[in-house]
Amino acid sequence: MNFDFSDDQKQLRDQARKFLTEKCPPKAVRAVLDGKAPYDKELWKGLAEMGFLGVAIPEDFGGAGAGHLELCVIAEEMGRANAPVPFSSTVYLAAEALLIAGSDAQKKKWLPAIASGEAIGTLALFEGKGNPSPKNVKLSAANGVLNGVKKPVADGAIADFAVVAARTGSSGRDGDISLFIVDLKGGGVEVKGLTNLDPTRGQAEITFKDCKAEPLGAAGEGWSILTQVLDRAAVLCAFEQVGGSDRALEMGRDYALDRIAFGRQIGSFQAVKHMLADMYVSATLARSNSYYGAWALSTNAAELPEAAAAARISATQAFQHCAKNNIQVHGGMGFTWEFDCHMYYRRANAMALGLGSLTYWEDQLIDRMRKKNAA
Amino acid sequence: MNFDDTPQEAEFRATARAWIAANAPKQYEEELRKSSLGRTQLKNANILEVAKAWQKKKADAGWACLHWPKDYGGRGSSPIERVIWQQEEGPFGQLSRMFIIGHGMCGPTMMAFAREEHKRAYLPPLASGEKVWCQLFSEPAGGSDVAGLRTRAEKDGDDWIINGQKIWTSGAHYSDYGILLTRTDPTVPKHKGLTMFFLDMKSPGVEVRPIKQASGASDFNEVYFTNVRIPDHQRLGEVGDGWNVSLTTLMNERSAIGAAVSTGFPELFEYCSSLMLDDGPAIEDRAVRSKLANWAVKASGLKYTSMRAISALSKGERPGPENSIGKLVAGSMIQDVATYALDLQGASGVVSGEDAELAGRFQAMLLRAPGTRVEGGTDEIMRNIIAERVLGLPGDIRVDKDVPFNKIPTKGRG
Repeated sequence: MNFDFSDDQKQLRDQARKFLTEKCPPKAVRAVLDGKAPYDKELWKGLAEMGFLGVAIPEDFGGAGAGHLELCVIAEEMGRANAPVPFSSTVYLAAEALLIAGSDAQKKKWLPAIASGEAIGTLALFEGKGNPSPKNVKLSAANGVLNGVKKPVADGAIADFAVVAARTGSSGRDGDISLFIVDLKGGGVEVKGLTNLDPTRGQAEITFKDCKAEPLGAAGEGWSILTQVLDRAAVLCAFEQVGGSDRALEMGRDYALDRIAFGRQIGSFQAVKHMLADMYVSATLARSNSYYGAWALSTNAAELPEAAAAARISATQAFQHCAKNNIQVHGGMGFTWEFDCHMYYRRANAMALGLGSLTYWEDQLIDRMRKKNAA
Repeated sequence: MNFDDTPQEAEFRATARAWIAANAPKQYEEELRKSSLGRTQLKNANILEVAKAWQKKKADAGWACLHWPKDYGGRGSSPIERVIWQQEEGPFGQLSRMFIIGHGMCGPTMMAFAREEHKRAYLPPLASGEKVWCQLFSEPAGGSDVAGLRTRAEKDGDDWIINGQKIWTSGAHYSDYGILLTRTDPTVPKHKGLTMFFLDMKSPGVEVRPIKQASGASDFNEVYFTNVRIPDHQRLGEVGDGWNVSLTTLMNERSAIGAAVSTGFPELFEYCSSLMLDDGPAIEDRAVRSKLANWAVKASGLKYTSMRAISALSKGERPGPENSIGKLVAGSMIQDVATYALDLQGASGVVSGEDAELAGRFQAMLLRAPGTRVEGGTDEIMRNIIAERVLGLPGDIRVDKDVPFNKIPTKGRG
């Protein structure tokens, strides 16, 4: 049994950590947080040069042609560094949708541009309140023309193109939904930035008005493609959450070692120690569930839907738990803008919603476990 | 990343599987498979006898205590082979429960500290289950604070005379031998005045009294020592070095990788999958689904944490500290799971025993569960261990550290 990353993959993780430690210190995250730029352009360029943006994109399409396990270790480091770049929307959502359903021409057009850092992509799925569901997709597509509003769209204000979920039927079934690719720099698109919990990864409202769009995948196949995209993204985001959990735990641990109160290190109080021990427990469970997700993703196993949902739930819980208790360990200082704790708290809570809420994924997990048991 | 055996591992697995298929006591398989926390008895057989017979059969064919050296009754197997064996043994592994203390703790302590002639004499019958061992550490005055124990050992010629009381001794009532931690010098700080021995549980002056647990069952005992004689050659380690010897024992307790911990989740999921509530199937109920999903990811998290440790073993590496979370997570989880299963039964959940839903499976689990959060290290001690050994946080400030043992206060109030 070898339920672990290979030495090469671990080396890639070290390489990514070294790169991000240097190019993405908290100060860089803070610059985006403070609104000095919509994302860290220099970092984005650097990630492209390192080959990280296209690590799971085949060489034929300008990528490194490695695989999803390599992408998982990079994702973990992106989460640890709290990187203020549109990595998840471009790489986990847009690129994966193209890899699953794109025509050769579409892949040739967009994938090399993603790998080189020239194109930012995203997925436009949500339309206000609610979780991923065909019935929540109201934006209409007729004769390749889109009309409707998507919100929130992650990184929508800086994206060059979007994969858009649209309604092409009214039978009440999954087959009513089709996917389209829209060049957001073309006509018929109006983009408005939204304030959000985590300003280091923007959100936008996009209005499509008689907007020309190109189908992605067969008509009526949209929901089935989306389900696969969301499962893949769930695993990849879980690795970001695992990286973020570990970092928040480390910050709390370090502060507990440095801070003196009542004449002793606060980390010597059991109330603090036990809080940190529980954070370690959550982070460990999340890591192990995510490893299983990585295995299922990299082998395209039949277990992927169940593994992805479990990784998603476990990693979401862990990151929220570690980020909130990191602030608690820091006491008053943790609640200042100046300390970095809130950047992880913001990211943890934004990520908990991005692919659909915990409740949604809990529901998915039970459905998928039942399906497996019935099979 | 894969779950495949190496060719060597696959060959070992096939051999083990074939032997188990030909030799295991299949008549008990179903009952063992359905056993859960608080219910591991066999209906029509004495589980101790069945367990001893299976252990002896394994020993005769070289399948007992796989990781022990052959000279001491083992097979000289690698750690990963031991894990593969456990996977293949499956429900029959439940029969090893009464040997866990002997094989997991007493044996390794004997191996590290006993004289060679004692190892050769005592270890093979321990491996084969012909002799059962227990561990006599905890006392009324020393639970989490084991080093606070008071049982005295005083030198008398070539013997030691033991007086005192132990408590929470698993299986003392059917044990032939035990390892015993005593105080030999009360005038020095508590960790420095301890000494370890092994003894024959049939020695004159040893009295075993079963404890009636909160669950109503009796798995543990009090053991009283009145002028019990132990020859000096049965001492394990130096006089005054008992604390270090006991750390070897406890370290082995916690290194049992691959041994599945019960969470109660598979039982609950199975139950909910067919349960009808007043307004429809339980599994369709939003609240039930949310609870199940939360426990599902804990159970799978523990499973894959264990897989990571097994992978390290497979590569010949030392597993990381991740496995230390198992007992902490599973202990409170099984308690919560049992509580919830009864909640789903409504008022009738109060009925236990044969007349209850599923013959009282979850009621028995509920009543046994508090013990899992205490035995082998309380939840609080487990959190201290994670905080100190894994995260590197400072140890507790101990007010009794440098105080002679006989000067430490013994009463809280009055």
